[in-house]
Amino acid sequence: MQLVLEKRAERSRTIALVSPLIAIGLTLVTMSVLFALLGKNPITALGVYFIAPLTDGYSLQEIAVKATPLVMIAIGLSLCYLANAWNIGAEGQFLIGAVAGSWIAVKTQGTEAGHWVLPAMLLAGAAAGALYALIPALCRVKFGASEILTSLMLVYVADLLLDYLVRGPWRDPAGFNFPTTAEFDPVATVPLLIEGGRLHLGSIIALIVVICAFVLLDRTIKGFEIRVVGVAPRAARFGGFNANQLVLVTFAISGALAGLAGIIEVAGPIGHLQPGISPGYGFTAIIVAFLGRLNPVGILIAGLFLALTFIGGEQAQITMKIPLDVTKVFQGILLFYVLACDSLILYRFKLVFAARQVQSGAG
Amino acid sequence: MPDPALAHPAPVQPLLQTVGLTKRYGDFLANDRIDIEIVPREIHALLGENGAGKSTLVKTIYGLVQPSGGELRWQGRPIKLSGPSEARSLGIGMVFQHFSLFDNLTVAENVALGLDGKEPLRAVSARLADVARDYGLPLDPKREVWQLSVGERQRIEIVRALMQNPKFLILDEPTAVLTPQEADQLFIVLERLKQEGRAILYISHKLDEVKRLCDTATILRGGRKVATCNPKLETAGSLARMMVGSEIKEVKPSAERRTTVPRLVVNDLTLQPAELHGVRLQNISFELKGGEILGIAGVAGNGQDELFAALSGERLVKEPGTIIIDGIACGNLSISERRKMGAAFVPEERLGHGTAPRMRLSENALLTGHAAGDMVRHGFINAAATLRTVDRTTETFDVRKAKRDPEAASLSGGNLQKFVVGREILRQPAVLVVNQPTWGVDAGAAAIIRQALIDLASAGAAVLVTSQDLDELIEIADRIAVMFHGRLSAALPRMEATREKLGLLMGGASLDQKEAAHATRA
Ligand SMILES: Nc1ncnc2c1ncn2[C@@H]1O[C@H](COP(=O)(O)OP(=O)(O)OP(=O)(O)O)[C@@H](O)[C@H]1O
Ligand SMILES: [Mg+2]
Repeated sequence: MQLVLEKRAERSRTIALVSPLIAIGLTLVTMSVLFALLGKNPITALGVYFIAPLTDGYSLQEIAVKATPLVMIAIGLSLCYLANAWNIGAEGQFLIGAVAGSWIAVKTQGTEAGHWVLPAMLLAGAAAGALYALIPALCRVKFGASEILTSLMLVYVADLLLDYLVRGPWRDPAGFNFPTTAEFDPVATVPLLIEGGRLHLGSIIALIVVICAFVLLDRTIKGFEIRVVGVAPRAARFGGFNANQLVLVTFAISGALAGLAGIIEVAGPIGHLQPGISPGYGFTAIIVAFLGRLNPVGILIAGLFLALTFIGGEQAQITMKIPLDVTKVFQGILLFYVLACDSLILYRFKLVFAARQVQSGAG
Repeated sequence: MPDPALAHPAPVQPLLQTVGLTKRYGDFLANDRIDIEIVPREIHALLGENGAGKSTLVKTIYGLVQPSGGELRWQGRPIKLSGPSEARSLGIGMVFQHFSLFDNLTVAENVALGLDGKEPLRAVSARLADVARDYGLPLDPKREVWQLSVGERQRIEIVRALMQNPKFLILDEPTAVLTPQEADQLFIVLERLKQEGRAILYISHKLDEVKRLCDTATILRGGRKVATCNPKLETAGSLARMMVGSEIKEVKPSAERRTTVPRLVVNDLTLQPAELHGVRLQNISFELKGGEILGIAGVAGNGQDELFAALSGERLVKEPGTIIIDGIACGNLSISERRKMGAAFVPEERLGHGTAPRMRLSENALLTGHAAGDMVRHGFINAAATLRTVDRTTETFDVRKAKRDPEAASLSGGNLQKFVVGREILRQPAVLVVNQPTWGVDAGAAAIIRQALIDLASAGAAVLVTSQDLDELIEIADRIAVMFHGRLSAALPRMEATREKLGLLMGGASLDQKEAAHATRA
């Protein structure tokens, strides 16, 4: 007897819709087992993870703040993935965007520079992210190098560059030797939406990005091009669409969004440049993109959900002494189940009995 | 004691039987209570117009589509198939209308994937070569599928089915893409399978072929079974009447058309193949005037696809002057730019090349319509305009479908073909390059498409038709040239283009030799 995957007669539409939910369900079950193994009560732990953060205003704001970079990056990644371009290095583009924007903040620090500073920083962040993403894209188009590897490797380059800058040239002289720049000037800071709260303008920008992506994919010829190149490359070529050019375009857009998210994070919630500005947003966004079915609205929901896991993870560490890395484990398991459940749209499980094999062996 | 079986020969037990088989898509009945019986040692034809439900029925028998009602019986026992592997294990094999091959894998790998056993690739490869040789269907196991012509791809599917030693073989429009010679070869194989005691269910739109080959015919119309008969006792006309329910229009012979200026000129086109096993185009030259239809005949895989890619701009040529559309040298212009100049193209493969299978028809209208026309304004899609194209195509070319704007892949083969051709013709192109315009289309719809091509030429367009169907070319083309090993013969005027002459050219003879042969025989 043997368990095999067999192609379904028809694509299952129901499964296409509920597959992310099944994945989340399976993840929760797996997590419960994990909590039990760690000697924690699974019910309490899941409560701290997923329910508690939803019950107070501060945590809710914090979820939106964490979801902001996730959603922005994931939207860009979804465009790449739809077009069959595999950008895995959003984390690096995020860091480079943060560095480029911070450069303006550092250079204008303490000067009379006016309100142009923040817009300039955002532009610089987006531009730098785009240029950085174009490196792996160009390598793929010109030399056929796998963009998966090159984009991933550039993450570490960006990480080290940031580290060098805040430990060297940009270090705050009054910072007790901590590796960080000085706090940004008010003109170089993303304004808060609620005085004294956490929610900032970046969340509005993320919402605008979601709407733009929806319009792009649903209403414009460029969006159509992105969708058709991914699902039917030969037909796309016949339609006059150039897949290579699209690799460059989608990498540039996704790099720009990641870079923008980077500088918003630094000029917003953090307020200065320092190592460790990202708890892995660029990688978590990959999960967000797939959990959201590469669909802008889905990504918005998935982004909020994964932001919840970050907040819940922090609270679980504080109240239950559950290691913070459990959050990463959770996210990894979730991605695994999302991809696994997706194959159930086209395939189903089936038990094959040994007798059949004898028959086909004889035939 | 006398054996009772000798005294009363038992009626042959049907190998496969469907009882009241029904398939519903939403409100749409693709198959409506169909009863059909297939006995061993029989070639059973399944006939019907495009969209009559033939493919749906055979896919249900093969376990690919789950019936909404009714029953399947195998050797008298009711069965439920949860998938094709179950059908295969019973001894049912199938060759699809649209192939299911992986382009990047070799012939042997594709066959191995389709087999259920755990045979090592080397063994599959050897067995494949054996079966192919045994049945006279030449195939190189080591070639990658994307390099093969449609005819060769189909051969893979046939050999793959034969390797499973089926008791019952289903063929969905196998000859649609074959040359007459290839088709003859296939008939020999089928006759032999029949002699070996197997049953065959055979779908085709070519009625003379059915009359010649099949013992029984079941006719579907609008999802229902309307008749079962012996095709040998019917005429092509009476079969067609049963399918359509009325008489079929004849194509009006092209009324005297005036030819105008050259609209498509190819000057000494030589092109290295983009692929390892592709065909090198060599010194191809022709001139096609407005008001004229030029036919290109030839066995598939002689450079027709490469020529199409160069003419359409899917592949660019360095020297712009090699291809001239309406006086503009455009060898290095993209397919979109050529479309803006009024050119339109219809490739051979409708699923995956001509259309994106998983996208709606309106999106597939946009696929080729976005460059010229009103479908896109300032980068935004005009959804109403794309739907308008779908509706107009549906109406003009009688495209039958379950809803207004379905996914391309849900259309029956012939109906999708009508859409793909119609979508381009309705743009009133100045130059139309079309490969296999009536592949898989029923007789009535084929007449509509051919008439539309003739009318387009009468309106002043230049039309280039590549087809393996000589009768089609002789019916509509003003001149016919033949492609062989990447070269194009001089075009023969229709009057001189006899099947015999074209056949010789397709085999690689040059006409001088042929004339010489005549002389010696005389
Ligand atoms: N998955 C599907 N969803 C909706 N409608 C479908 C689907 N598959 C088939 N149909 C509809 O069922 C009808 C019958 O289709 P089928 O492919 O069986 O026709 P056919 O007789 O094989 O025609 P052809 O000669 O053109 O191949 C068509 O009108 C088609 O639009
Ligand atoms: Mg069919």
